[in-house]
Amino acid sequence: MEKTLPKIEIIEKYCKGCHICVEFCPKDVLEMKGFYASVKNLEACIKCMQCELRCPDFAIKVITE
Amino acid sequence: MAFDYDKWIRPGKLPHIWCPGCGHGIVMKGLIRAMDTLQLKKEETAVVSGIGCASRLPGYIDCCTLHTAHGRAAAFATGVKMARPEMNVILVGGDGDGTAIGGNHFIHACRRNIDMTYIIMNNYIYGMTGGQFSPCTPTGHKASTTPYGNPDPGFDIAKLAIGAGATFVARGTAFHANQIDKLIVEAIQHKGFSVVEILDDCPTTYGRRNKFKSVIEMMNRLKEVAVPVKAAEKMTAEQLQGKVLTGVLYKDETKPEYIVEYAKVIERAQAVKK
Repeated sequence: MEKTLPKIEIIEKYCKGCHICVEFCPKDVLEMKGFYASVKNLEACIKCMQCELRCPDFAIKVITE
Repeated sequence: MAFDYDKWIRPGKLPHIWCPGCGHGIVMKGLIRAMDTLQLKKEETAVVSGIGCASRLPGYIDCCTLHTAHGRAAAFATGVKMARPEMNVILVGGDGDGTAIGGNHFIHACRRNIDMTYIIMNNYIYGMTGGQFSPCTPTGHKASTTPYGNPDPGFDIAKLAIGAGATFVARGTAFHANQIDKLIVEAIQHKGFSVVEILDDCPTTYGRRNKFKSVIEMMNRLKEVAVPVKAAEKMTAEQLQGKVLTGVLYKDETKPEYIVEYAKVIERAQAVKK
């Protein structure tokens, strides 16, 4: 079965750059780009939703079909 | 699929005022997920708070909300519940608001066992007012008013609530984000006064003064100190030194609930009149 990739939406207006999503991602998908979090390696994402769950600022949405 | 938090948030209120890395946002997400799981009606849910960082929470949630005087959330919420017993009343607040300034209201709400849920976000400090030590600041830790270390021993909110007579007491942490909504769901479903203490992090006023280098270090500390109740049963007292139990700590379904008891008082009083 082919792996479907999710869409990781980062709302920069809400992001406060706390690094929580980057540090707690088990697959190292995210990185800090300047002040905000951004997606580095979407291919590695396993849709565990940890970033969405832990973001205190409602800034990340992992959209899976 | 991504959880839709937006339907529970007042339009245009985000981003919130909490500092980068503050766990209050994680607790708020947990509360929203819990309210959504229980499919609470917005018009039948009241979120009541006092003053403080954590008490800013009702401002963002789209349901009936009440932002009251410092420490008096329990008093106002009791009024709401007495007037409208069908409402789901949820109190939110911090450790300073709940156990110091509102300590008296808190213990007496526990004693009455009125059907409400109190979510206390314990970040060990008064964050909003500039980092003064709170009753939950651990011994030796620094705050803006105790620059050489706090001499007082800290409160154990869960034990205080159990001692005061609350019938459901649970504890979670901001690190264990998945557990928060489950604890809150159980607390709201419980008939009686439920207390959910969530250990939180305050990187700005607490972490900075106590040599926590980052938010991540504070989160990892929560991970290290938390021990689930079931795991703790197999551990020795030595191993439990410095650890904090998490999960449902106490549950008593036999104690009479206040609204029910008060209805009986009304009935008795009206019988006398006739």
